[in-house]
Amino acid sequence: MTTTTPAVASIGKVAKKNVWLSRSLILPALTFGIVMTQIPFLVTIYFSLLNWNLLKPGEIGFAWFKNYISVFTTGDLVPSIIATVGITASAVILSLLFGLLFAILLDRNFRGQALARTLVITPFLIMPAAASLIWKYSMFDTSIGIINWVTTSLGLPSIAWSTDLPLATVIIVLTWQFTPFFMLILLAGLQSQSREVIEAASVDGAGALRTFQWMTLPHLRQYIEISVLLGSIMLLQVFDPVAIMTKGTGGTKTLAYLLYERAFIGLDVGQAAAYGVVTVVLTLIVATIALKTLFKVFMAGGNR
Amino acid sequence: MKKAKASLITTFTWVLVFLFFFPVGWMFLNSFKSENDASSIVPKLFFNIDTSGFQRLMDRGMISYLEHSLASSVTSTLLVIALAVPAAYALSIRPIKNVQDALSFFISTRFMPAAASILPLYMIFKTLHVLDNVGALTLVYAAMNLPIAVWMMRSFFSEVPLEIVEAAQIDGANFRTELTRVVLPIVLPGIAAVALICFIFSWNEYFLATLLTSNNAKTTPPFLASFVDGRGLFLSVLSAASTVAALPVIIAGWIAQKQLVRGLAMGAVK
Repeated sequence: MTTTTPAVASIGKVAKKNVWLSRSLILPALTFGIVMTQIPFLVTIYFSLLNWNLLKPGEIGFAWFKNYISVFTTGDLVPSIIATVGITASAVILSLLFGLLFAILLDRNFRGQALARTLVITPFLIMPAAASLIWKYSMFDTSIGIINWVTTSLGLPSIAWSTDLPLATVIIVLTWQFTPFFMLILLAGLQSQSREVIEAASVDGAGALRTFQWMTLPHLRQYIEISVLLGSIMLLQVFDPVAIMTKGTGGTKTLAYLLYERAFIGLDVGQAAAYGVVTVVLTLIVATIALKTLFKVFMAGGNR
Repeated sequence: MKKAKASLITTFTWVLVFLFFFPVGWMFLNSFKSENDASSIVPKLFFNIDTSGFQRLMDRGMISYLEHSLASSVTSTLLVIALAVPAAYALSIRPIKNVQDALSFFISTRFMPAAASILPLYMIFKTLHVLDNVGALTLVYAAMNLPIAVWMMRSFFSEVPLEIVEAAQIDGANFRTELTRVVLPIVLPGIAAVALICFIFSWNEYFLATLLTSNNAKTTPPFLASFVDGRGLFLSVLSAASTVAALPVIIAGWIAQKQLVRGLAMGAVK
């Protein structure tokens, strides 16, 4: 008993020292994060309570909840929420399906497999602003776009994509950009699966489809979850294709674009700040709910 | 029979891959066409190579926008790494309880859209006269990438066997030796992966760049977006600009594919 006490004491001392070391190591990152994102967010909340339009600099004053009332009553918010959630959900689901398809196809051994994978990841690497412009003008354009050349060659009518089908246009471009992201994560999942187990299953007479449903899919679950989580976070903040291709027309005015419009075209700081606060709250809610529902659907399908 | 089926699937794969890659390939081809060939209603697969699109980019001063992009992306990535390495070290090698809370805090800030903090930053930058300033943009990019960097890096650090760290401590290695001689060599590929991803996110970023820069610090994405003025034919020069803007990241991503996969999947799954 007596002999162990000093040892315990010195362990305690080392532990205490370690605690301080740990804290001081994380402090710079934490401080930077707080100064650059948390404090500004608090200031955004403060701004949202102000009556502040850059066009009327003399009239700054406390407005309390006036901005929030107008956010909820002018009728821009609900369509914008629908646009944001709709675009995010569609793009996540489509990217997940295409990503899974590519991951399964590229998990096989064939000549040029590495080249095929390299080509498939490219849309994720390309600058999103460039992707939106290229799709808008060289794919979707009514006179010089490839897609219309194909459809009119087949005798189908030409479509003015970004004006007639703005929502589909944005979702197609986002799906194209995010499919490689899902594919990369799912491919990593497929490749971490033990080959022997799969082979054993096929020796036991399990068909490819059953093996996939009962063994591969459950194994992939955590990879699917994480890709959906990260993909949703990135897609909820989507701005580029909306700003470049549709300018928020035709049900594509996402929250990010709405805020941009209010603040930097309308110059109404107070109201834009209120939209900012609402956006943060909604993002948290949507991310939580959407993810939970998605997983439930997925689990129900898998556990039939 | 089985062989036939396999080659059928391979053919199907290549058709899909071709269709999927087509917009990028077409952009590349268009950038070497004359404006008339690029805007031809019947797409031209064969054409005379014309590099005047690239020449016109230089005339419009694209070099300086590329420089701004490069400066803000590289500097912000270095800053993120400098902040994230010690944080990840603390989180995975010397974990203590309230440090774990710090991690969940970091992850939650990634949920926070840029919309949450952009207005005050804009006002502060305006007051300090650093709107349209590469340095200010760099700080914002570092803040944008820090949470995801800490998160990914933590998982790379947690691969370091704790026995090695403990052995080094027993041998009397001080903290600095332990970090530089024992831990860093193991996690270096991971750091490279995280750096690549941060670089890509900054280089490609458009929303914040549009808001915070106008002329002196404008980066490549807003330059591209302002490119189309609707007068005359522009597809060749637009394709050339897009190719130049996208190429550094595409090549880096192709070369560092393994790191990229590790960064995305590893940082995520664990």
